[in-house]
Amino acid sequence: MTTKSKPLPAFAGLTWKTRPDAALWRRRAKGLAIPLSLIVLLEILVGIGWVPAYQMPAPSEILLTLRELAEGPLWTHIGASLARVLGGFAIGAGLALLVALWVGLSREAEAYLEPTFAGLRAIPSLAWVPLLLLWLGIDETSKVVLIAIGAFFPVYLNGVAAIRNIDRKLVEVGQMYGFTPRRLARRILLPAALPGLLTGLRGGLSLAWMFLVAAELIAATKGLGYLLTDGRETSRPDVVLAAIIVLALLGKLSDGLLARLERQLLSWRDAFAGQGGEG
Amino acid sequence: MSTPLLDIRIERKSFAGATVLQNLGLRLAEREIVSLLGPSGCGKSTLLRIAAGLERDFSGRVLRADGAVAFVFQEPRLMPWLTVAENIGFADDRDYDRERVAQLIAEVGLEGFAEALPKQLSGGMAQRVALARGLYSRPRVLLLDEPFSAVDAFTRMKLQDLLLQLAEHHAIALLLVTHDVDEALYLSDRVLVMGSRPSGIRQELSVALPRPRDRRDPELARLKAEALTELHLAHAI
Repeated sequence: MTTKSKPLPAFAGLTWKTRPDAALWRRRAKGLAIPLSLIVLLEILVGIGWVPAYQMPAPSEILLTLRELAEGPLWTHIGASLARVLGGFAIGAGLALLVALWVGLSREAEAYLEPTFAGLRAIPSLAWVPLLLLWLGIDETSKVVLIAIGAFFPVYLNGVAAIRNIDRKLVEVGQMYGFTPRRLARRILLPAALPGLLTGLRGGLSLAWMFLVAAELIAATKGLGYLLTDGRETSRPDVVLAAIIVLALLGKLSDGLLARLERQLLSWRDAFAGQGGEG
Repeated sequence: MSTPLLDIRIERKSFAGATVLQNLGLRLAEREIVSLLGPSGCGKSTLLRIAAGLERDFSGRVLRADGAVAFVFQEPRLMPWLTVAENIGFADDRDYDRERVAQLIAEVGLEGFAEALPKQLSGGMAQRVALARGLYSRPRVLLLDEPFSAVDAFTRMKLQDLLLQLAEHHAIALLLVTHDVDEALYLSDRVLVMGSRPSGIRQELSVALPRPRDRRDPELARLKAEALTELHLAHAI
C-alpha cells in the first residue's frame, strides 16, 4: 500500500475556549436583575406605606430578623432540618437506586416488583402522614420515613427509565465482546444510565425538602418547618419569610452540590447548551 | 487452499415468518477481502451478524477459525464517556495495552487525539477509532457493516484506503457489507451480489486487479456494469 492517510489537524484547536470573565458577570447580572428590582420595589412600597408592614415586612426588616435569628436559635433549626433531610434522602434514594437497578436490569424482577411500585406510587405521599404518626409516633422516625418515601419515587422512576433508555447499539458492542452480564452492567449500562440516575437524584432531593417542610409543619418542636408554624402563630410574617429564605438557600445549595457532581461526572455528554450571544 | 477462516452455510433465516436468507454458502480464506453487495433489506447485514455470532436463530451452521472475529458497525458506536484511547482498548477494561493502543492510534492517523472524547470527533474520525477498536483484539477477520455509509464521498475514499492498508499490515481478512458498487469493487477480491428476499448469492464477481488499484481503471467500470446488470435482473434497482 502506498496510500497514506493525511495527518489530522492538531487537537489543541478543538478544546474548549476559556470564557471571558466579563461575559460571565454579564450573564449573572441578567439573572439578578428581576429579584433585585423586586426587592427594591418592595422596600419602597412598604416604606411609603402602600403595603401594610404587619402583613408584608420590608426586605430590610426581614434581614434584621434573620440576623437576630442567626444569633439565636436559627442554627439549631437548620441543624435539625438538615439532619432529617439528609437522613431521609440517603435512605429513600439509596433504596430507590437499588430497586431501580434491579428492576431495570432484570425482566424477572420487573415482573414481580413493578406493579407493586406502580400501585404505591399512585398514593399521594402525604396520605402516609396519619399512618406514620400512628405507627411511629411524632418524633424523628416518622419524619425521616416520610422524607424517604418522598425521595424514593423520583429516583426510582428516573433510574428505571434511564436503564431502559440505554442505546441498544452500545449494549450490542458489549455482546460482541462476549461480556458477562456483570461486566456489561459495569462497563456499559451504568455509565450510560448515569445521566438519568443523576436527574432522579436531583428530583429526589428537591422532594425531600418539600416533605421535610410537610413533616415539620405537622408536628415538630424544632426545625425550619417549626419556625414557619411559629411565625404564623405569633403573627410574625418576617419570621415566616426568613424561614422561607433559609429553606430556599439550603435547597439551592444542596441542589448546587449535586449539579456540580453531575457536571464533573457527565462532562463527556454532547448536550445542547442553549443559544444566545455570550453563552 | 488452506482451511477457510470463516465457513457459513445457511439453509434458512427468517424474521417473523418471512424468509430473509435462503440456501446460501460463504467461505472466507485467509487475508481475503470479500464484499456483500445488495439492496437494503436483502439480508446482507443479517448474514454479517450471523457470521459475527450476534444472530443465532437460524438453520444452518457457522464455522469460525480460532482467533477473534471483530465487528465494525455502521455507526462508530463509541462509548461517549470514554476517551479515544479507552474506547480502542475497550475489550480489556481499564488495564488495556497502552502501547498497542498508541500504535493503533498512529496507524489510523489520529495522533494527538488519544485523550479526546467522542463528542470532539468528526464522523470520519470516530469511524477511524472504531476501526482501531476492532483491530485491538488482534482478530483474524474483520466484519464490517456498511462502515463508511455515513461519511461524505471524499472521507469515504480515504477511509477505504486506510482500511486496505490496515488489512495488509495486520494480515487480516475482511468481510464487508455495502450497497456501494464502487466501494465493493475497489476493495474486494470477490464481490458477492445478493438479490431481493428471500436472497441467496446471485453472482460472484472476481476482481483480479493488483493493489493499489486505480479508481478510474476501465476494468472496474466493466465489472461495475456487470454488477449493475445483475442487480437490475434481481429487481434490486
